[in-house]
Amino acid sequence: MANQTIIAFENVSKQYDEDLVLKDINFEIEQGKFYTLLGPSGCGKTTILRLIAGFTEATQGNIYFEKKRINDIPANKRKVNTVFQDYALFPHLNVFENVAFGLRIKKMSKQAIAIKVKEVLRLVQLDCFEDREISEMSGGQRQRVAIARALANEPDVLLLDEPLSALDLKLRTNMQYELRELQQRLGITFIFVTHDQEEALAMSDEIFVMNAGQVIQSGTPVDIYDEPINRFVADFIGESNIVEGNMLADNQVEFVGQSFECVDGGMRRNEPVEVVLRPEDLTITSPERGKLVVEVDTQLFRGVHYEIICYDQAGNEWMVHSTKKAKVGSKVGLFFEPEDIHVMRFNETEEEFDARLESYEEE
Amino acid sequence: MKKSKWFYSTPYYLWLLFFVITPVVMIFYQSFFNIEGNFTFENYQIYFTSGTYLKMTLNSVWYAFLITLITLIISYPTAYLLSKTKHKQLWLMLIVLPTWVNLLLKAYAFIGIFSTHGGVNHFLEFIGIGSRQILFTDFSFIFVAAYIEIPFMIMPIFNSLEELDPSLISASRDLGANSFETFRRVIFPLSLNGVKSGVQSVFIPALSLFMLTRLIGGNRVITLGTAIEEHFLVTQNWGMGSTIGVVLIVAMFIIMRLTNEKKRKGGPLSK
Ligand SMILES: Nc1ncnc2c1ncn2[C@@H]1O[C@H](COP(=O)(O)OP(=O)(O)OP(=O)(O)O)[C@@H](O)[C@H]1O
Ligand SMILES: [Mg+2]
Repeated sequence: MANQTIIAFENVSKQYDEDLVLKDINFEIEQGKFYTLLGPSGCGKTTILRLIAGFTEATQGNIYFEKKRINDIPANKRKVNTVFQDYALFPHLNVFENVAFGLRIKKMSKQAIAIKVKEVLRLVQLDCFEDREISEMSGGQRQRVAIARALANEPDVLLLDEPLSALDLKLRTNMQYELRELQQRLGITFIFVTHDQEEALAMSDEIFVMNAGQVIQSGTPVDIYDEPINRFVADFIGESNIVEGNMLADNQVEFVGQSFECVDGGMRRNEPVEVVLRPEDLTITSPERGKLVVEVDTQLFRGVHYEIICYDQAGNEWMVHSTKKAKVGSKVGLFFEPEDIHVMRFNETEEEFDARLESYEEE
Repeated sequence: MKKSKWFYSTPYYLWLLFFVITPVVMIFYQSFFNIEGNFTFENYQIYFTSGTYLKMTLNSVWYAFLITLITLIISYPTAYLLSKTKHKQLWLMLIVLPTWVNLLLKAYAFIGIFSTHGGVNHFLEFIGIGSRQILFTDFSFIFVAAYIEIPFMIMPIFNSLEELDPSLISASRDLGANSFETFRRVIFPLSLNGVKSGVQSVFIPALSLFMLTRLIGGNRVITLGTAIEEHFLVTQNWGMGSTIGVVLIVAMFIIMRLTNEKKRKGGPLSK
């Protein structure tokens, strides 16, 4: 069951009038995993979901579902269900009837419908809400009705379009746990859309980072966080310090006029690169023991940590996350391990990136 | 703040007082006087006991019902198609345009079209059916009345279809419904409010059409509207005319109640 491809995009492009909103998208979705499409507003996330659900047609390319090309199959014949960005619950029907909608279309018997609706409502913890009107439900409850309505049809794939964006922080975190747990329990493939990177990192098996109609990088949350392919991904996923550098040799990179040991390789000698250091990987020590000497400029208390902004002699900004306070105006040292340095090449495609990673990791 | 609110709404309340409340009260008051000017309940007594008035009432309701039904049957698909076309505003404009033309002018236009030497009869003769009486028939009355009322039915239905969230239609398709099921289970129930206000704005005026009954129906169709006109302008029996007016006002409220009732509870439409 696992590792079976359920959905595949092959050179899919989508054009609205003159606008090319998806550019030659290729990916495979495996059964039973939690996927996240992550990217800034307008990058084409919803469009991908709409293509899978069948609400819109690809301008070019093939979409496969369980190995069959589904480009021409109408939405109502596809075994996927959607939880819409605005929930799209039917305002003229109560909770029970909303959830039962798909089952009534299938002409299931009354008893079977009643049993199924009860079951999925229990799944989303809305047992006693059957007779409520939609207008009488809170945002979080509506969202769960929307999930229940989609799940009642026992889809092979559930598409969720930013379902948590309208909720407050606390409820959102709760729902993240609930959704993840639900997905693992049911073993259904989830394709989840968000532009919240923390949400993506917390919930997914696999993340597709998108920008301007292209998938920039895909991989597990840890892969993407630790090995961002370029500045865009590094910036979009978490906070990062990015400086320009030079690759002196394999495992040897130069930036801010100093040479550092690192764990990246497979590049040309003296190739200009960009170097990422995550704020939480930097620790503040005395200037003598630090690998870099910087001056503390400002400090913000963020609750779990202090966000400290420093500048080195060359004028580069360094953000540090630390649980300890620093003294503004003082000179401090920054310490980091070789594996905290992430080197990125300019204009490297995902295939080249993956190939390079494999080549030097084998050595 | 309160003061300015009162200030700005004054014209509205004045308008309401002079042109809505006062006339209604006056009609109500008038209805208790007979033709000699004595206070009496006999107008109501006559109305509810004499066969003529009851028959007239039934007649009016029946014609109004037919006009509303025909208007609805034509307007709903039109509004539906309209909400799907590209240049909605242009088409809508073309449909609304005739309402700017005076009713009397439209009536005369139809007299021209339907008369013995009019366009329709010419056509009938041409295709060999031969000319026949069209003007002054039930058919012509209902036809013209429906023609005049159609924009008032299309507008609210069109608006309710326009307000419909397109993602609801996607959701319905997503849950396995084909176009027909989507229409039956989502689009139609959600446009029902538009249908209701359309029915309100057609049925009530249709109860009291009098110009058309005269000009197009040729006085063969007698409705409450004709009766009121008769009483006020011909027999000068203002009391009786007002009584019929009161009956119409009450009928109006009943229809408003009926068409607004079902909205309260959701659910029942889903079966
Ligand atoms: N029906 C349409 N007609 C024309 N352009 C469209 C249409 N739908 C989407 N677009 C365009 O396609 C691009 C991608 O839209 P999409 O809805 O997929 O973005 P998104 O990634 O979901 O953004 P968000 O995070 O804001 O929801 C946008 O530039 C949008 O303007
Ligand atoms: Mg979107």
